[in-house]
Amino acid sequence: MAEAHPVGFQWVLEAKAHGATVIHVDPRFTRTSALADTFVPIRAGSDIAFLGGVVNHILSNELDFREYVVAYTNAATIVHEDFRDTEDLDGLFSGFDPQTQAYDPSSWRYQGHAREEHAREYGPADRETAAGMQHESHGPPIPSAVERDETLRHPRCVYQILKRHFSRYTPEMVEQVCGVPPEQFARVCEAWTRNSGRERTTALVYSVGWTQHSVGVQYIRTGAIIQLLLGNMGRPGGGIMAMRGHASIQGSTDIPTLFNLLPGYLPMPSAGRHDTLDAWVDAIRHPGQKGFWGHARAFAVSLLKAYFGDAATAENDYCYGHLPRLTGDHGTYQTVLNMLDGRVKGYFLLGQNPAVGSAHGRAQRLGMAQLDWLVVRDLYEIESATFWRDGPEVETGEIVPQECKTEVFLLPAASHVEKEGTFTQTQRLLQWRQKAVEPPGDCRSELWFFYHLGRLIKARLAGSTLRRDRPVHDLAWEYPTHGPYDEPSAEAVLREINGFDVATGAPLPGFNELRDDGSTACGCWIYSGVYAGGVNQAARRTPASEADPIGLEWGWAWPMNRRMLYNRASADPDGRPWSERKAYVFWDSDRGEWTGPDVPDFERTKPPTYRPEPGTTGSAGIAGDDPFVMQADGKGWLFAPSGLVDGPLPAHYEPVESPVTNPLYPQQANPTRKRFQRSENPINPAHSAVFPFVFTISRLTEHHTAGGMSRTLEYLSELQPEMFVEVSPALAAERGLEHLGWAHVVTSRSAIEARVMVTPRMRPLRIDGRPVHQIWLPYHWGSSGLTTGDSANDLVGIVLDPNVLIQESKVGTCDVRAGRRPRGAALRALVEDYNRRAGL
Amino acid sequence: MNRPAREHGGEDVQVPRAEFRSYYGRPILKAPVWKHDVPAYLFTGGLAAGSALLAAGADLTGRPKTRRAARLAALGALGASTYFLINDLGRPERFHHMLRVAKPTSPMSVGTWLLSAFGGAASLAATTEARPRGWTARAGRAAGLGAAALAPGLATYTAVLVADTAAPSWHAARADLPFAFAGSALASGAAVGLIAAPVREGGPARTLAVAGVALEVAATHRIETGLGLLGEPYRTGKAGRLLRAARALNLAGAAGAVLGRRSRVLSALSGAALLAGSLATRFGVFEAGVASTKDPKYVVEPQRG
Amino acid sequence: MTLEQSPRRMGFFTDTSVCIGCKACEVACKEWNAVPADGLDLLGMSFDNTGQLDANSWRHVAFIEQTLPSSADPHDPHAPGDMRWLMMSDVCKHCTHAACLDVCPTGSLMRTEFDTVIVQADICNGCGYCVSACPYGVIARREGDGRVWKCTLCYDRIGDGLQPACATACPTESIQYGPLDELRERAQARLEQLDRPEARLYGHDPDDGVGGQGAFFLLLDEPEVYGLPPAPIASTRNLPQMWKRAGLAALTMAAAVAVSFLGRRP
Repeated sequence: MAEAHPVGFQWVLEAKAHGATVIHVDPRFTRTSALADTFVPIRAGSDIAFLGGVVNHILSNELDFREYVVAYTNAATIVHEDFRDTEDLDGLFSGFDPQTQAYDPSSWRYQGHAREEHAREYGPADRETAAGMQHESHGPPIPSAVERDETLRHPRCVYQILKRHFSRYTPEMVEQVCGVPPEQFARVCEAWTRNSGRERTTALVYSVGWTQHSVGVQYIRTGAIIQLLLGNMGRPGGGIMAMRGHASIQGSTDIPTLFNLLPGYLPMPSAGRHDTLDAWVDAIRHPGQKGFWGHARAFAVSLLKAYFGDAATAENDYCYGHLPRLTGDHGTYQTVLNMLDGRVKGYFLLGQNPAVGSAHGRAQRLGMAQLDWLVVRDLYEIESATFWRDGPEVETGEIVPQECKTEVFLLPAASHVEKEGTFTQTQRLLQWRQKAVEPPGDCRSELWFFYHLGRLIKARLAGSTLRRDRPVHDLAWEYPTHGPYDEPSAEAVLREINGFDVATGAPLPGFNELRDDGSTACGCWIYSGVYAGGVNQAARRTPASEADPIGLEWGWAWPMNRRMLYNRASADPDGRPWSERKAYVFWDSDRGEWTGPDVPDFERTKPPTYRPEPGTTGSAGIAGDDPFVMQADGKGWLFAPSGLVDGPLPAHYEPVESPVTNPLYPQQANPTRKRFQRSENPINPAHSAVFPFVFTISRLTEHHTAGGMSRTLEYLSELQPEMFVEVSPALAAERGLEHLGWAHVVTSRSAIEARVMVTPRMRPLRIDGRPVHQIWLPYHWGSSGLTTGDSANDLVGIVLDPNVLIQESKVGTCDVRAGRRPRGAALRALVEDYNRRAGL
Repeated sequence: MNRPAREHGGEDVQVPRAEFRSYYGRPILKAPVWKHDVPAYLFTGGLAAGSALLAAGADLTGRPKTRRAARLAALGALGASTYFLINDLGRPERFHHMLRVAKPTSPMSVGTWLLSAFGGAASLAATTEARPRGWTARAGRAAGLGAAALAPGLATYTAVLVADTAAPSWHAARADLPFAFAGSALASGAAVGLIAAPVREGGPARTLAVAGVALEVAATHRIETGLGLLGEPYRTGKAGRLLRAARALNLAGAAGAVLGRRSRVLSALSGAALLAGSLATRFGVFEAGVASTKDPKYVVEPQRG
Repeated sequence: MTLEQSPRRMGFFTDTSVCIGCKACEVACKEWNAVPADGLDLLGMSFDNTGQLDANSWRHVAFIEQTLPSSADPHDPHAPGDMRWLMMSDVCKHCTHAACLDVCPTGSLMRTEFDTVIVQADICNGCGYCVSACPYGVIARREGDGRVWKCTLCYDRIGDGLQPACATACPTESIQYGPLDELRERAQARLEQLDRPEARLYGHDPDDGVGGQGAFFLLLDEPEVYGLPPAPIASTRNLPQMWKRAGLAALTMAAAVAVSFLGRRP
């Protein structure tokens, strides 16, 4: 966190100054470790084993926050007798189909639910569309009434299933898998549990070191299980903080740049499954379900009204037919492989540098070399615009500049200080950015680019009567512009995102005012309220000296300016604070409402004693003591009966490339991972002597992602002037690597060279009695800029998590050799020789 | 690097803390930015001062040839000094900024004013040699005496100049450096007499040579041996070689001055040896100070003392 | 922070126990002061590729990797040993008795109304005396420019009530700017709060060899580990003694000349 989020890390140090204990678990000693109270070195890719060990410690010692667990989680819920755990099936859950390598999740359902009631969709399709992402703002559906045993003794209650599932995650197993000695592990368990409960809370912070794995989603699930068991969710000082990879990555999932989502986590319709507006809306709201998702039709119709304006009417289903439909995986990696097959003609890159920043750089560059045209909008001439003349494949002869057919349009972009708009950070806080300076020369904002591109396309197609051009004609594309270059008003866009009354144009106060009759338009329902009262709420900057305790008047957080989600959980089932020390949101019985410093994440006047009539649906179906209001049962899910492609509980699977045989289960790697078995994408065999070492890749504070914004600046380049690889003194001795000398790192995809940094911050771990060496590489370098070097991402293969289609780029296996890598065609020969020896 | 604490051969030992620790062995101090102009100036300044003193003595005791030679030598050395001083500046065209202020806390400021005053007097004295009769001679004597009065200051302030720095071996030598420089200046002044004046006028110069060498050798000996660790830079490396050469040249020059009192050639050779010796002393002292800034142990150990 | 009627002495307290080595101070300093870049050199000194304070680096973050013997099992070379990684943002000390200022022959180096020490670039003629005088190796002459440069404590910001650029950029308040007396109190409190035997203040004592530093530090090891002199003095402190010795040497010279000429008519 200190490495990649130094500004956010100030709050960790603030907590430390207030007495917090900071524990850092990482494959490598980083700037974060330097400031932590405890550093725990761990083998990359073994975190579920580590966290599972913590779960086991909690459950076998009954250290959970029992009152919270019984009331607020699904620990007491009985799971259907059809369910079989990994304990019974050698590391697989029930429902696995070896043919499709996917699960039928119907056996994971709760007791009392019919099979057909449960499984709306099926594993392979969910995997193709990264369906797991659709649950970011709300849980997946489950039928209403559930059976519960609040004594937690029923053998099939979630609590007992959890206990049995994690019982093999012993401290000895943690040592064997992670390389963490039992004493050190015990210290972590002790600190975490001692600091959780009624009086104290513990926060968990992770970053892309957890997500970029073939089991990435289950990493976070395991963390969530611990935090729920210890009562650390929805309470001040608790929670799970996701440090994002860029500015406004949260914003780009809320109003997504993702193929499978529409704004506000509305799923992109699928061809054949969601052919009508009603079919689509029902697939979102699930008639008969409890929870807030029951209003989905109002959100969906208002979005269509924002898109298509007056053309969207009740008669034409609000132009629902204009929305594109999914036909499978249209994610970034599938698209690149389609490029290699010549199936993609054109590509837009906006502030993205896949030639350096995406896994398997060689596939990225060779793919782009098959395009007809490529538009790159960036601040500098980045590698993704120059790969055809200076990429590594030019040296190897795989791309011949004179013959590369890709026509590249490089368009200069305005930087974040040269345009206005919002950033949404990980706390869901929108902060308005003023424009500080005019962009130089021909640089323009993205808003300008898309607005005028759309305007020109509409003008070009104005005379067309073709049916396929209808959506373009119908698009509502009126925005006020200003200045010499007709810059569209970003505030006007924010007003549209907020939503307005179609008749009067008045901004809406929040999503509760959205209607499904076409009388309201709203660009993103979860952002509704950001322009409440006609005021740009995201631009508020009340300083700490004048602010309320949690700064409600600094920017605006979705939903409804709520700063902590599920904050009803900060009070006990009766609505009283769990303790004075941790009081936050609580029930004021005199005034008959929830109160506290934050906006309560609960219906304001719904008392703790409220119990819905059986069969009540929608938000009214949520009881007064069910804090997780976006979940269909109002509970925090220790066990996920649906919504996940790879299992209802986390299980440790080895990374796809691992030097270790999975000690926990006969199943080596995630059985449902998304694979691409193609000649361009060989995967190192598990425990291969040819690729004996573990590599992991991350960032340096001094550089920004693929380097377009840092290797181009001399003040930043001089701080980390050259690509390097960190190795332990032991590995350096073993491989004859000299400090500041050269080494090259080889995988089945490529070989890259780097200067050697021998440092005790890297250390071999003892795994199953033998040393496992890990090396570390920064991924910032490429062929353009003031400082150039080989790209670490060239080493990475393409294997994806099945839930969200994120690549496993945080761990792989490799070989390391002293000296520089071969040049030209000899580079490919070296890699091919390795692959031959590895049996690939 | 830091705190070498590794076990060897499976032995459970913590290596005792090394004598001194540093940041990757990097120097703590900045090495002087002064190039060889500065030791050259130390020499020419001393030569000018020594020559002016010799000239004044010769004037007062009726040794016109010595006087004339010494005044001209002082003028020449003065010119060289001015050149070296200006040439060493990062912004030579701003030399006159030295004259914006007079700062007693800055030996360089003091020296600038000393050199300016001395320069005026010494130049006038030398100019009068064009017509060494009558009122010009009287003016020359007055100017020459004025220069001589400033000369000891000119010769010794440079010792304060280098000693008033953070360079450990210079600052540590602050008590003795003025004497070394004084001796060196006297010897170089005497050398002018030995080289340029007739043998019959050379008695005082020979005495002065012996006195100067004695002073210089004694002072440098104290510096080399009396400063503990900080004497090391004076005994080793380039500085050590220069100072050993200086001592040999000085002793040879002094011996030659005494033994060659009837030989013009031997006297001149002795003078040359003394000049070379003085030059080597200045460069040696300079190099020792520079060396002491480059190794952090010279900073850390004495301060830890 | 507002400019007061009669400004107090302002300074830095750099608390290295919360430094995360992000180098934002280095970059912010360069941006604000338009300091030239220093070249692309991989130094191999942990993450330090700046190397030292210099004419082109007015803040310098030092990185020190220290390994301690394994506490778990000293016989197992693969047992995770304890280590620590010290980081520290170094800067000009703005000494109470500033040798650089004392020895400057042009008056280019001056003391401001905030009791800080700055170089007036239009005066400096590059004599380099200050470079040799600084006991911390801070001030340096810039190649191709000929003048000396160093931290100004953002004289052009603090006069307008702003904090220096580095302190503004520092995310963890490792670099704290303020009235020196307040900073000294804060540092003492921090030291007590930290309660670690290896922690110590450096340069806070008005009775030390430079009369106390205007920019002082909380360190977690000996100063020399960070490249700092353990007990520096301003050489000018000994200037009266030096002038005395020089005077004595000058008198000796005069006496030697007198004796050489006395009673020796040719």
